[in-house]
Amino acid sequence: MQDQAPNTSPGNLPEFTVGEIGQAVKRTVESAFDRVRVRGEISRPTRAGSGHIYFTLKDDQAVLDSVCWRGAAGRLSVQPEEGMEVIATGKLTTYPGRSKYQMVVDQLELAGEGALLKLLEDRRKRLGAEGLFDTDRKRPIPFLPRVIGVVTSPTGAVIRDILHRIADRFPAHVLVWPVLVQGDAAKDQIANAIKGFNALPASGGVMPRPDLLIVARGGGSLEDLWAFNEEIVVRATAASDIPLISAVGHETDITLIDFASDRRAPTPTAAAEMAVPVRSELIAQIADDTARLIHAMNRRLAESGNQVTGLARGLGDPMARIEQEQQRVDFAVRALKGGIGARLDRLSDTINRRIPSPMEILARTEGRLDTLARGLRLQPVERAIEDGVRNLARLGATGQRAAERRLTQLADRLGSLDRVLEANSFERVLDRGFALVRDAEGAPVKAANDLTDGQGVSLQFRDGARDAVIGSTPTATKPSRPKPKPSRSAPPEQETLL
Amino acid sequence: MTTESPSQTAPDVAGLSFETALQELEQIVDKLERGQGSLDDAIAAYERGAKLKAHCKAKLDEARLKVEKIRLDEAGQPTGTADLDA
Repeated sequence: MQDQAPNTSPGNLPEFTVGEIGQAVKRTVESAFDRVRVRGEISRPTRAGSGHIYFTLKDDQAVLDSVCWRGAAGRLSVQPEEGMEVIATGKLTTYPGRSKYQMVVDQLELAGEGALLKLLEDRRKRLGAEGLFDTDRKRPIPFLPRVIGVVTSPTGAVIRDILHRIADRFPAHVLVWPVLVQGDAAKDQIANAIKGFNALPASGGVMPRPDLLIVARGGGSLEDLWAFNEEIVVRATAASDIPLISAVGHETDITLIDFASDRRAPTPTAAAEMAVPVRSELIAQIADDTARLIHAMNRRLAESGNQVTGLARGLGDPMARIEQEQQRVDFAVRALKGGIGARLDRLSDTINRRIPSPMEILARTEGRLDTLARGLRLQPVERAIEDGVRNLARLGATGQRAAERRLTQLADRLGSLDRVLEANSFERVLDRGFALVRDAEGAPVKAANDLTDGQGVSLQFRDGARDAVIGSTPTATKPSRPKPKPSRSAPPEQETLL
Repeated sequence: MTTESPSQTAPDVAGLSFETALQELEQIVDKLERGQGSLDDAIAAYERGAKLKAHCKAKLDEARLKVEKIRLDEAGQPTGTADLDA
């Protein structure tokens, strides 16, 4: 360099145009600050429609305009947020047209553990306020999952630990969705895996849909585990329809996915233990249940059997009953054989006692008749007779005289009639010399024409009868006829009495 | 069983999950051990318990470890599975 006196002529001082100086500065700045790390707080981050992200880095003394081109913005491991304390990596450049310089950032990282934790806390509060961590979003872990989806690195200790523990406890079908678990691409791969498992069809797909997910990573620094704090991962976890167990880092490591998952396991091994029960224990439990089932049933049957036995005792021993009856039969047979006569006598007695003899029946019947006869009282009849007798007496008293008069008259008449009768008796006629002719049957013959010649007749005379034969020569004089009145006719007095 | 009997309105055992079947088996065992219900109910419960036990045992017996790794295309979508060399 040459000496330069103050206020000297411009002589040897080169002269720049504005454009030249702008380009010169640009070259100088870009070469001098080709790759720098700048620590500051992000202010006013904005994402332009072009995809570029503009923000300002600031501290208590200065501000630095910054831009993250679209291509780099997608690869940022930390998306710029207001107030975020970061270390930006990139280069400085100028914008001569506006006399400005700015930093072109291609990587952002959180500045220090305290800054990370502050960011984590801020994000947790924000997502929690959205309800992503609510308890009522948690789904129960299936007791015995058929298929377990594991989102983790396909290599390393974590997947081996999980598989070993699952195999030890309860062998199952495990689908491993391989992802990067740290680095810029990790968060997108993890979120994609969770969404991908959920997008599998319930049946008929190229692979079965898991009924349980495990998102796991081994231990590491806060930065190593950062992907599991990323919002996209937290949201995918909260949105998972499949119950999800998070197992990131060690027991003391808490990441935001743990708040959104349905269950947080302190380690990947613990996640496997939560995922499946111990098969041998279940086998023992079922064996125990089976034994209890059989024992309870046997006891129940025995109790019921005892009840039946007890009741049967109340019914009596059928064999004893039968023997008893058998004995009675034996006795009866012996009695039949030994003393059938006596038995018959007894039976006869029994029958006699039961069946009354005809005499007994008669006696009883007579007794009844007596009773009935006693019931048949004669007094009414006797009284009626007595009444009649009294009436008769009275009537008789009044009619006595008339009756006597009548009787006298009748007696007179009877006397005359008797005389007539006497005079007309055929025996009196026979006395007078007539004879009665009877035929063979004894019937009186009243007409000569009733007789034929040679017929035998009987002639009744006063003192007896003589047989005769009707002759053909009529010489005898005609006998006088007897009165035709037969003597057998009853006396008429009876009919006219009274 | 009584009016709340699992055996009266119970679903087919074959369709039950292991956990449900195990729970019902334990309930049946408890009930049988308490000696409740008629003998007919007890026998029905026992028969159902035996089915549940067989179902549970079958579920346990079919447990097999099968580990597969999902193959992804360039867009990160699953295309199939492959054995995992863990």
